[in-house]
Amino acid sequence: MANQANDRRILRVAGRGLALRGDDIDTDQILPARFLTAVTFRGMEAHVFADARAAAAAAGAVHPLDDPRSAGARLLVVNRNFGCGSSREHAPQGLHRSGIAAIIGESFGEIFAGNCVAVGMPCVQADAETIAALQDLLGTAPQTVLSLDLEQRTLTAGDRVFPVSLAAGRQRQFVDGTWDPTAVLLAAGPAIEQTLAEVQAFQG
Amino acid sequence: MGQTLYEKVFNRHVVREVAPGQYQLLADLHLLNEVSSPPAFEALRERGLHVRHPGLTFGSSDHSISTSGRADDFADKQAAGQVAAMGRNMTDFGLTYFDPAAGEHGIIHVVGPERGLTRPGMVIVCGDSHTSTHGAFGAIAFGIGTSQVRDVLASQTLLMEKLKVRRIEITGSLAPGVYAKDVALHVIHALGAKGGVGFAYEFAGAVVDRFSMEERMTLCNLAIEAGARCGYVNPDRTTYEYLHGRDHAPRGAAWDRAVAAWEQVRSDADAVYDDVVTLDGDAIAPMVTWGTSPDQSAPVDGHVADAATAAEHGWTDDVLDFMGFGPGQPVLGTRIDVAFLGSCTNGRLSDFVAVAEQIRDRGFRVAPHVRALVVPGSQRVRAAMVAAGLDRVFADAGFEVRDAGCSLCCGMNADRLTAREVCASSSNRNFRGRQGSPTGRTLLMSPVMVAAAAIAGEVTDARQLFART
Repeated sequence: MANQANDRRILRVAGRGLALRGDDIDTDQILPARFLTAVTFRGMEAHVFADARAAAAAAGAVHPLDDPRSAGARLLVVNRNFGCGSSREHAPQGLHRSGIAAIIGESFGEIFAGNCVAVGMPCVQADAETIAALQDLLGTAPQTVLSLDLEQRTLTAGDRVFPVSLAAGRQRQFVDGTWDPTAVLLAAGPAIEQTLAEVQAFQG
Repeated sequence: MGQTLYEKVFNRHVVREVAPGQYQLLADLHLLNEVSSPPAFEALRERGLHVRHPGLTFGSSDHSISTSGRADDFADKQAAGQVAAMGRNMTDFGLTYFDPAAGEHGIIHVVGPERGLTRPGMVIVCGDSHTSTHGAFGAIAFGIGTSQVRDVLASQTLLMEKLKVRRIEITGSLAPGVYAKDVALHVIHALGAKGGVGFAYEFAGAVVDRFSMEERMTLCNLAIEAGARCGYVNPDRTTYEYLHGRDHAPRGAAWDRAVAAWEQVRSDADAVYDDVVTLDGDAIAPMVTWGTSPDQSAPVDGHVADAATAAEHGWTDDVLDFMGFGPGQPVLGTRIDVAFLGSCTNGRLSDFVAVAEQIRDRGFRVAPHVRALVVPGSQRVRAAMVAAGLDRVFADAGFEVRDAGCSLCCGMNADRLTAREVCASSSNRNFRGRQGSPTGRTLLMSPVMVAAAAIAGEVTDARQLFART
């Protein structure tokens, strides 16, 4: 891993995993709306899954995020359509600020996945069997270290190696350290106005 | 080989291919709201950047704004601060603001179309998932996050991968009492809340061809609930007739040139799609959701999923526990506490007209135990309602008519459910906690069905309640 302060490359994410089971976990659940009237993302980590965690506690249960066996987890393992619904970037910002560094899932809400790139938190896809195996493993051995290799597009869990997928452009953004793309976009310079002029000319 | 509208519009807006399959895409309209934009402006200030094309950037405050008609009636100080920050940012960066102080505001997805900002062939972005609404005009319109809002402000562009295109044809015709909302909920039920992940949805077929622009907006609005990042309808005479004469629509010779260009962006007759689905419009009934995902729905005379159906879809028992339903229970007769007419899905004039036509001069009253809100999607919609006397029709029937805003759809303003209240809602999401109470419950349905539930005090078949014999 790079160690220069201005080096933003993300080549590998390693750490303990946390299974959040269920399809269609929407961003209203990840970050409830009443916390969205803030004008900054600072402090969003305090509100991640606030309602689900409170409901679990009230029912005498433990939400996976509050399970001491998974404390300090850096990789989330989720199922289908994770992060669907609202475009609120507060959801990935809150997860990232609470220590999550990557998410492995069967599929993702697309606005959420795009926001995760901009936050520097890779979302990679794996097939249902892989996700089931990982979630089961984390259930029985929550101490297992998962290692996501973004260059090779693999996830290592103990002695098992699983392929994961990620669009080529996004992979390059993490590996190059250009996941915050403002500078890349501005580098297009006058080509932007050229395209705008063409579009406006076409529209009459 | 022909192309789809999606491919044509996408390709025309590509500035360059940044990596294989990843494009720098130009947006020719950027809409802002007060929730997702403040940290983007904060980032511009931190980085010393300006807004590259202020003339393509428009904003409104809709999510956290009060609908009570009193300017200081915010849910909390933070919401008040957010709307104040929006006004400051719009002024500081020289952007057009539909200012609540001037009564210009409304939900941005209602305001954009009614001002003629939304036009065919555009790429339209906004920090809100229901930006898909604008696809009704034959635009590629999709929601983005705050970091992308920052990027579009700074560069007028963003990084995008191409979506696949699924054409959804709704054939035949709709039965009386069945609306665009029902078509959308039916599509979501048929294809699933995650069925559209990776796709743009092109809505077509005889039913969609006959839809008004406002009906098409309802349909495209809900594309995101089907998992599709955007939905669109090919532009046609209905589109042009709606646009003609609106504030930002081209005029004179420019109008004729624009229509000629818009005709070219339609999907070609021989366009190749990644998938085509045909659904029978005649078979669609008024729909009601019973769960916490928009695909968990049934026809009004149908039932909550039984154990076998739930297992087939991978739906877990905790959904029914949360909603307080038993497996296989009828949807009809579900008691409600709140009725909400409004939102970017169903907060346009035709939505309120459709309801008013059913209740005007017929002595219907909202049930005593129900709180019923009518919230116009914009202050212009409100003014049109007043001009047509609809505010009196609703008030006489016991509905409370409010000022414009997202209101009870989003849980960010003073309009919220409390505790386990059940809300019959014309909005777009039945997610847990969506309407502002962590344990509140939402039943999505058409505006006319919401009104019928308000009057009956429970989910009822509007076709029977409002039948004229």
